[in-house]
Amino acid sequence: MGRIQLNRVAKSFGNVHVIPPLDLTIEDGEFTVFVGPSGCGKSTLLRLIAGLEDVSGGEVLIDGADATAIPPAKRGLAMVFQSYALYPHMSVRKNIAFPLKMAGLDKAEQERRVAQAAEVLNLTSYLDRRPGELSGGQRQRVAIGRAIVREPQAFLFDEPLSNLDAALRVGMRLEISELHKRLKTTMIYVTHDQVEAMTMADKIVVLQAGRIEQVGSPLELYRRPCNTFVAGFIGSPKMNLISGPEAAKFGAATIGIRPEHLEISEAEGLWEGTVGVSEHLGSDTFFHLHCPAFEAPITVRAPGERAFAYGARVYLSPRSEHLHRFDAAGGRIE
Amino acid sequence: MARAVTPRRKALNTLIAWTIGLILFFPILWIFILSFKSEGAAILSPLEVLRAPWTLESYQIVQGRSDYFGHFTNSVVISLGSTLLGLLVAVPAAWAMAFVPSARTKDILMWMLSTKMLPAVGVLYPIYLMFISLHLLDTRIGLILVLMLINLPIIIWMLYTYFREIPGEILEAARMDGAGLREEVLHVLTPMALPGLASTVLLNVILAWNEAFWTLKLTAAKAGPLTAFIASYSSPEGLFYAKLSAASVMAIAPILVMGWFSQKQLVRGLTFGAVK
Repeated sequence: MGRIQLNRVAKSFGNVHVIPPLDLTIEDGEFTVFVGPSGCGKSTLLRLIAGLEDVSGGEVLIDGADATAIPPAKRGLAMVFQSYALYPHMSVRKNIAFPLKMAGLDKAEQERRVAQAAEVLNLTSYLDRRPGELSGGQRQRVAIGRAIVREPQAFLFDEPLSNLDAALRVGMRLEISELHKRLKTTMIYVTHDQVEAMTMADKIVVLQAGRIEQVGSPLELYRRPCNTFVAGFIGSPKMNLISGPEAAKFGAATIGIRPEHLEISEAEGLWEGTVGVSEHLGSDTFFHLHCPAFEAPITVRAPGERAFAYGARVYLSPRSEHLHRFDAAGGRIE
Repeated sequence: MARAVTPRRKALNTLIAWTIGLILFFPILWIFILSFKSEGAAILSPLEVLRAPWTLESYQIVQGRSDYFGHFTNSVVISLGSTLLGLLVAVPAAWAMAFVPSARTKDILMWMLSTKMLPAVGVLYPIYLMFISLHLLDTRIGLILVLMLINLPIIIWMLYTYFREIPGEILEAARMDGAGLREEVLHVLTPMALPGLASTVLLNVILAWNEAFWTLKLTAAKAGPLTAFIASYSSPEGLFYAKLSAASVMAIAPILVMGWFSQKQLVRGLTFGAVK
């Protein structure tokens, strides 16, 4: 079991309130992603759950039991760090076995579990190497191995993929998702990358300045962002947010339309614009347009085969069922 | 960034470096040569000194006249004792300052360093008087205490710099892996800080071994280390260059040998943080 509950949890460093009191429940077996721009407090929140930081107020419950005063070693949680944090003086085998040794398991059982974890993570042939002799991806696997051997109640991942190159990141993302499907253990994953959040999460928690902006499944956040911050943060390319007289026509202070929900046409449409840079990805083409009606450039996502010359005159129309309206405070208007 | 150096320039640099090195080393070399000459030959002009016959006479006299092994033992006990006692205080202090620093940590470190700027003679009388009333004069334990206190700022600073280099995330990982404070220090911190601990011990043994001000002022016959042994040959009655040289060679030989074998460790320790 690994149900984690935060009741009015707050954190301040001196006079700086990093996290104002917040409530959050993470259900057993759920893959929850904390996402937000850097400095939004997502890592601090994870460290509060881990016990590596003391809360300034509120309580952390793990499986219903108050864990607020329990040291990290006794919370039954495993953590994978951004820097991997492997023990440089120990072999891969000893690194993975360390939590088992701390738990006082006998040698044979340690060996068995290490072998099993190494098998799962393709590390069997590296067991006798030191971390310094491994590539970034292999080190990350060792860090994950060290977390899974002790069969924790929950895994905490602190931006585990941000030190890897793009190709490896996609691979590891899949591996972690696979691992979650197989182990069915609660996982809390911190990232600033909304693509990671969207692809991996059962539940996304969007944070800004220590506050929870919205909690929901990836598609809920995509379809019904509760404010302009979430609307702009979730989705790639970003949602077009338009304020001013054009938004007022729809009875809102700001309207939002995702690039994939704009129709582009040479003949007719609601807004007129000129084509700027086109980005051809093969499957899709992103057009960056300048419309006299808006201040900011507009991004449109079109099928890969569409093409317009630089400077071409085109027309745009939003698909009305996908138009998001926000009030002056940024909140969603239903 | 690599710079192009012509072979001629390189040769010149080498020559300059060797010249400076030899000038610095010359006094030690000369002491070594003099120690193998007779007392009469030692006061001659340098060329005549070199031509004079080699002899072990001075070593025999020094050995016969004074208790080399007594002084040697005192040196070993005092330098090792003060270093180990220093570590006992410095490891927890440096650990606390490196891993749980407070707003005042930097001030405390600077304050400790500032004590090294005080001339030793400034506190000679208070310490001397305290030694009298505590009956510590001419005792090894007294010297161990005073040398430990004098080198403590350096030990703490060195360990602090080493501990700071250990990423906090690794210690946090150990905590997450179920390690308590004892296991964390035993299985993770100590093995990772071992090179740092080793060079701290080495440097402080050397500093304590070579310390002359306090060892000469606070000892007489019983607790005098090798510094006192050398000093006993520079007497007002006359010049005994050969015997003084022999005594000096005997006093510095052990630490020189130790330094030679631990060169790599020492250089790493002294330049740690500066060169990576």
